[in-house]
Amino acid sequence: MSGIPHDHYEPKTGIEKWLHTRLPIVGLVYDTLMLPTPKNLNWMWIWGIVLAFTLVLQIATGIVLVMHYTPHVDLAFKSVEHIMRDVNGGHMIRYFHANGASLFFVAVYLHMFRGLYYGSYKAPREVTWIIGMLMYLMMMGTAFMGYVLPWGQMSFHGTAVITGLFGAIPFIGESIQTWLLGASAVGQPALNRFFSLHYLLPFVLLGLTIVHVWAFHTTGNNNPTGVEVRRTSKEDAAKDTLPFWPYFVIKDLFALAVVLAVFMAIVGFMPNYLGHPDNYVPANPLATPSHIVPEWYFLPFYAILRAFTADVWIVQLVNFVSFGIIDAKFFGVLAMFGAIAVMALAPWLDTSSVRSGRYRPMFKWWFALLAFDFMVLMWVGAMPTDGIYPYISLIAATYWFGYFLVLLPLLGVIEKPLPQPATIEDDFNAHYAPKAEADASAKSAE
Amino acid sequence: MSHADDHQGTRRDFIYYATAGAGVVATGAAVWPLVNQMNPSADVLALASIRVDISAVAPGTQLTVLWQGKPVFIRSRTEEEIAAARAVDVSDLPDQGAENENLLGEEDASDENRALSEDGTWLVQMGICTHLGCVPLGEQGDFGGWFCPCHGSHYDTAGRIRKGPAPRNLLVPVASFIDETTIQLG
Repeated sequence: MSGIPHDHYEPKTGIEKWLHTRLPIVGLVYDTLMLPTPKNLNWMWIWGIVLAFTLVLQIATGIVLVMHYTPHVDLAFKSVEHIMRDVNGGHMIRYFHANGASLFFVAVYLHMFRGLYYGSYKAPREVTWIIGMLMYLMMMGTAFMGYVLPWGQMSFHGTAVITGLFGAIPFIGESIQTWLLGASAVGQPALNRFFSLHYLLPFVLLGLTIVHVWAFHTTGNNNPTGVEVRRTSKEDAAKDTLPFWPYFVIKDLFALAVVLAVFMAIVGFMPNYLGHPDNYVPANPLATPSHIVPEWYFLPFYAILRAFTADVWIVQLVNFVSFGIIDAKFFGVLAMFGAIAVMALAPWLDTSSVRSGRYRPMFKWWFALLAFDFMVLMWVGAMPTDGIYPYISLIAATYWFGYFLVLLPLLGVIEKPLPQPATIEDDFNAHYAPKAEADASAKSAE
Repeated sequence: MSHADDHQGTRRDFIYYATAGAGVVATGAAVWPLVNQMNPSADVLALASIRVDISAVAPGTQLTVLWQGKPVFIRSRTEEEIAAARAVDVSDLPDQGAENENLLGEEDASDENRALSEDGTWLVQMGICTHLGCVPLGEQGDFGGWFCPCHGSHYDTAGRIRKGPAPRNLLVPVASFIDETTIQLG
């Protein structure tokens, strides 16, 4: 399966041979676990495992919650309170599930920015990147629909706003919105179908996880140098890599334990810190909460949605050129989805042949600014829409697009990259001197 | 699949295309009910009209009722509010259409074209922001009308959009007076 040469599974005993000729499942597991992995992976290469764990956590706690939840407008809020107060350990399971969504997005953002910095999206890993972006979209859809289920004030009015995004599409938007909601307003049909899809999508996500892993097991992992593992011979490859089991499994489990310690502290001591009190008020179609904001993980894109108002010149220009079909409202929606689309197109927008940001002196700073920009968008997305905030969100949104559409293509042309190590082994030895040399240098120091 | 070098088998090619075509049609026919089931069901579609007693609505207050799952604002406006709304030049408005379902279509957004009663006292409109569907708050915003807390749209005392991201004036639904103290919606 893998392009990196390594030892494959050989059935030895009679029963192994018997099974292997009928179903080579042990070989599949063996080759997956023993995958040669670049030995210089740093601590940013742990988020994949955290994500896999979180998906399993969410599915496990979710299945249990469904045993006590009722997807009906009159009963949903009550059934969630029933989980919180009456079901044995129900409050803990629900807090795990609710905060698990936050853990999911913390991990996915770090995972994505890791890929953006070390050029993991570049050839030949574009398919891994694209599948990852699809999974990210699906995660957002799942998280949004899950937030609707408690049927609190934020659930209800958040649904009105998010489905309203589709209503902004010219001509057919209103029919699409009605189709999504199953009515002209948010109500029972919407709650019921969101419940159904919220249960379904995580399993689709699980399937895509396997495809995602399959794709990068075919190309091999990227690594902090961006230099490919040598494939000239099994021996050369072995100098650049270590098998996934046990080396990286143990490392990842240690990292997972540290991450979970923080997660458990949040679940245990401040389970509602990341939520909104308004969602503990039953849904009321007659009154929108005075300050409606999405969950923190949607804020950067929510800020982009709000950034392009009718008084921005580019909005007016597009409005004029499209004969008024693309108004400010639709422009905002396009910008929000476009912000994710330009990220998905990064493999083709980045013209630099150097993968890792480590050897790109100019890129490094622009990337740092992008990470800062992301934090600014997240902050400004929760701010009111008056005073200085609209200008901040407009500048931050413009940089987001500028980075992908202007800087990535341009930097590859004007930037002079630093020399890269010839092999992963060289890079590794530069950081961790081989034993013989280390002993020798220790001796000479005496 | 037909062989690339075999150009004789036109009959066979026809059968392939016909089979593929039939397959596409059958798949579409099978998928359509799955798509269509998500459209509003018959009970949701059943047009309900409701009658609202407005005898208790004093000038300067607003009654909000739920109609077809959506909030409707029924406001008894004060003299000042009516005067403020009528003083506005229609050509200054972002949306110059009346957005009134009781009128035929192309009328302008003058206050007279939006109020339900001749004297302008009664203003009936959907309580749904035309931006992304939040419920605007009454007697707030820069124009003394409605203000949407979600994304900062300001409506004036005739429910017309004045400032912010919303593209259109608040929609005036089909409504009429049954008698002096009763309004029928729908």
